[in-house]
Amino acid sequence: MNIRKLLRGEMSHRAREALHGYTFVLIWIVGFLVFTLAPLVETLRYSLNEVTVMATGIVMDYREWQNYTRALFTDPNFVELLIEYVIKTLVSVPVVLIFSMIIALLLNLRFKLRGVFRTIFFLPVVITSGPVIKELTAQGAASAPQVASSAAVTQFLQQLPAFLRNPAEYLLTSFILILWFSGVQILIYLAGFQKIDRSIYEAAAIDGASAWESFWKITLPSLTSTTIVNAVYTIITLSHFSENEVIRYIYSRTYDVQGGIGYASAMSYIFFLALVVLLGVVYAGLTFGTRER
Amino acid sequence: MRFTVNKERIRLWLLGSRTSYGALFTLFLYLLLIAIGFVYLYPLLFMFVTSIKSPQDLLNPMVQWVPSELYLGNYVKAFRVLNYPVNLVNTILVSVAPSLIQTLVCSVIGYGLARYRFPGKHLIMGLILATFIIPPQTTVIPQMLTYRQLGLLGNILSLLLPATFGQGYRSAIFILIFYQMFVSMPKVLEEAARLDGASDWLVFARIAVPTAIPAYVISIIFSIVWYWNETYLTVIFLEGGIQTLPMQLAKFTQAYENLYPPGMVNIFDRINEAVKMSGTFLNILPLLLMYFVMQKWFVESVERTGITGE
Repeated sequence: MNIRKLLRGEMSHRAREALHGYTFVLIWIVGFLVFTLAPLVETLRYSLNEVTVMATGIVMDYREWQNYTRALFTDPNFVELLIEYVIKTLVSVPVVLIFSMIIALLLNLRFKLRGVFRTIFFLPVVITSGPVIKELTAQGAASAPQVASSAAVTQFLQQLPAFLRNPAEYLLTSFILILWFSGVQILIYLAGFQKIDRSIYEAAAIDGASAWESFWKITLPSLTSTTIVNAVYTIITLSHFSENEVIRYIYSRTYDVQGGIGYASAMSYIFFLALVVLLGVVYAGLTFGTRER
Repeated sequence: MRFTVNKERIRLWLLGSRTSYGALFTLFLYLLLIAIGFVYLYPLLFMFVTSIKSPQDLLNPMVQWVPSELYLGNYVKAFRVLNYPVNLVNTILVSVAPSLIQTLVCSVIGYGLARYRFPGKHLIMGLILATFIIPPQTTVIPQMLTYRQLGLLGNILSLLLPATFGQGYRSAIFILIFYQMFVSMPKVLEEAARLDGASDWLVFARIAVPTAIPAYVISIIFSIVWYWNETYLTVIFLEGGIQTLPMQLAKFTQAYENLYPPGMVNIFDRINEAVKMSGTFLNILPLLLMYFVMQKWFVESVERTGITGE
């Protein structure tokens, strides 16, 4: 039985469907192998070598786990930056989730000028690029107005133990920045609200539930999957953001003449691992927290 | 009797009824919205006000929010430093071209995943999600070295090639958007076309694409915005070739001092935050314009495509 016969229709319906399906997806499979998997494996190889770029090509010198031990135990900056990144992300995610939910709740009400406010809250999505954020933070435009610099707040911060002071300080100085990362999440929540069946609210109201109770007993539980999507999206956006300190450090080391590429590759993999762990922790926390209720 | 009726009416007006929110709640709502709105717009206001301050105003501690004059000198300088006309055209090219390709390719992939059953589909879906999570840092160095060997560094092809194979910037999100869109397409339409003898690709082009217009709109818009704002990959792939506005903004101080050497110009023409803010504002201006023209599409198409995950 030759292939042509197969294609002419003498194959099962299911096999033909699969074949046609593959023609649509084939381009992705090729792209994944060439542009994602191959570089991923190559980076792993780099991370185990000292890589030198010559005019003729790349010279590799096998170094086992040396790049990894250097990043984790010798380098004074990397681990510190990594811990800072984890803390900042863990502080930002709840702020983004809560604020985007509040704003989405507000925008879901009926009132005049709704379109105007929707435009305002979604505006940051359009303009948050690395260099813009960098300029704005450099001018102090990203901190909560007048709050972060006031004497009372500074005094209060100094009383806090160090492990609380840093996150609190970060929250105050970058408050607007954190909010600016919640545009897409607002939209996702808004879309989530639309999917909740109106009649549940009506039934609850007839049974005497207040709007407050309806929110906690109906809205929030229905939004569990939406919240998880939002949390994952937030973590990824913050982690891939080009002004992320870890990323900037990795980037700055890439062009080191001596072993820069190998070292940067090793740090990239450690960062990748940290990101996956972070996602896992937040995911587990959210699913566990909602199952309790 | 009359008194109680009035009291009831006031109570309704203040606290609301089943059909209206009531004055107190409305007031509270607007206060809250305006407060949050102000916090959101604060950086933009700050940027704009600073950008029109003259050097004298910058030094004057009395001038906070209202500059004593409308000073456009900063914009003139920033315009030159950013090499605005050339780099604007570059930025538009670098963000629009990959976006169009990425949207088209992602729709094809999303369609294949949504409408066909084949072995390995769930694996592919999982891998697509994984490509969203993988940090670009773990793939960018070999890509860069390969492009260098092929002489593609600084060439727009280095952005177009991954997009053509569904591996563009945040392609995973767009594939999932199209997947959601096509999964809910009624089977009847497809079957009717098939009875008329239409091939798979004809069904896709004639039946599926027209039903997914909102998804195409949102994909193109978001792609453009994200490609425009993406600087990590563009700096690595395009540096030395095409210059974009965000790339130029990232090295603004250096570019400024090349044009206006600090030792050569008088003190008022040295770089200051007003010029930097003008540069930043010029940078986001095209996106702001696009947003205000198309904001209805931005916000409403998300609701229409109904992305909530699952």
